[in-house]
Amino acid sequence: MEKSTWTTKVGLAQMLKGGVIMDVVTPEQARIAEEAGAVAVMALERVPADIRAEGGVARMSDPELIMAIMDAVTIPVMAKARIGHFVEAQVLEALGIDYIDESEVLTPADDEHHINKHGFKVPFVCGCRNLGEALRRIAEGAAMLRTKGEAGTGNVVEAVRHARTVYGEIWRLQSMSEDELYTAARNLQAPFELVREVAKTGRLPVVNFAAGGIATPADAALMMQLGVDGVFVGSGIFKSGDPARRARAIVEATTHYNDAEMIAEVSKGLGEAMVGIEISSIPREQLMAGRGW
Amino acid sequence: MTTGILALQGDFREHEEIIRRLGIPVQQVRLPKHLDTIDRLIIPGGESTTIGKLLVKYGLIEPIRRRAGRDLAVWGTCAGAILMAHQIIDGRPEGQPNLDVMDIVARRNAFGRQRDSFEADLDVPVMGEQPVPGVFIRAPGIESVGMGVDVLARLPESKIVAARQGRLLATTFHPELTGDDRFHRYFLEL
Repeated sequence: MEKSTWTTKVGLAQMLKGGVIMDVVTPEQARIAEEAGAVAVMALERVPADIRAEGGVARMSDPELIMAIMDAVTIPVMAKARIGHFVEAQVLEALGIDYIDESEVLTPADDEHHINKHGFKVPFVCGCRNLGEALRRIAEGAAMLRTKGEAGTGNVVEAVRHARTVYGEIWRLQSMSEDELYTAARNLQAPFELVREVAKTGRLPVVNFAAGGIATPADAALMMQLGVDGVFVGSGIFKSGDPARRARAIVEATTHYNDAEMIAEVSKGLGEAMVGIEISSIPREQLMAGRGW
Repeated sequence: MTTGILALQGDFREHEEIIRRLGIPVQQVRLPKHLDTIDRLIIPGGESTTIGKLLVKYGLIEPIRRRAGRDLAVWGTCAGAILMAHQIIDGRPEGQPNLDVMDIVARRNAFGRQRDSFEADLDVPVMGEQPVPGVFIRAPGIESVGMGVDVLARLPESKIVAARQGRLLATTFHPELTGDDRFHRYFLEL
């Protein structure tokens, strides 16, 4: 018997496919998320919209809060560590968390290196804006990816940009001859072996969810139709008027992402969505997606 | 005939690829109307609470329960095995929906959290001498089986991980994540 193999790490993400992972800041919210049909929850002290509003350094959440959320639900619980902060990751592993998100939503702890994720028993999910970034994270041991989007904005435009970029780059690799892949790997700044694998299979080697700015059932279905395997919803649920109802609607829209009548039905009367922010109004240094190397 | 794959959530595409490779047409099942043309149904791995909730929401419980084991062979892997079970232990304290079609008792997360997920080679006599690769991810265990249920595989410490009751099959691991399609071929013969 072998514990925590690459297959079991990548495999948990495969079990989450077609599902919605929700940010929660209290055990009560975690129970609402589970009841609504979330496949997992992300345990946080503050959702990205509040991190954005309050500023300051955002760090790993209090272990006491994370454990209270783990006790509240039977579904997998994820938590965030700062980019490069391998001790926060060690702490989360010690708590028995099911997935660690090495996240640009928190303030980076290392401005050159990400965590070497191969040495951990707990799998990692990492953000990406393009194929090169995605493959660099996989090379470091990430067993799941998510497009970054721009967290805490309720604006899906960046999530769309990142998903289109990743899948567009995969399409282009597929049309290349082997000779061209060496230069492609150099241009993507990604390991050649992974570039060749993607060119051959036409897909990422791990599951890829969308994140950052998803606020409505139609947003979730949009990302699914663009080709992602599932969605993270952060501030979009518990910053809205009727979280439980919106959470259920986003779960249903993710399952029936190709069925417009169903999406129409679940979108009715959801109450107020989170207000949202136009990306161009955010000062450049406050954009989160640019964090990560 | 067509094999249905419950496609509400989870790793249904992995099952679909294997069944198609074996030359059998596939119907993804999300609504009751999708059950009309199928004579087999696979319930994939995923989150049992999510899939259970959506089964109720779309009125799939009763039509599946009515036919399961009769003119509908059903196979559940991991979350699917939980959903097939007569009784669920360590589920949500307020209870969680299940199909209740097979006389087994399933314990959720029987081996612990994700860091305790593992791979192990399984001795499965009905599959021949070659061991079957078992991938266990936050896996349930089968605590006990009723009369008329055959145990197909156990772990060395004796936990039941595969069982069959006529045309019903439950595995707590994921044959769809390995290159070994013997369980899929076995199911297509039930």
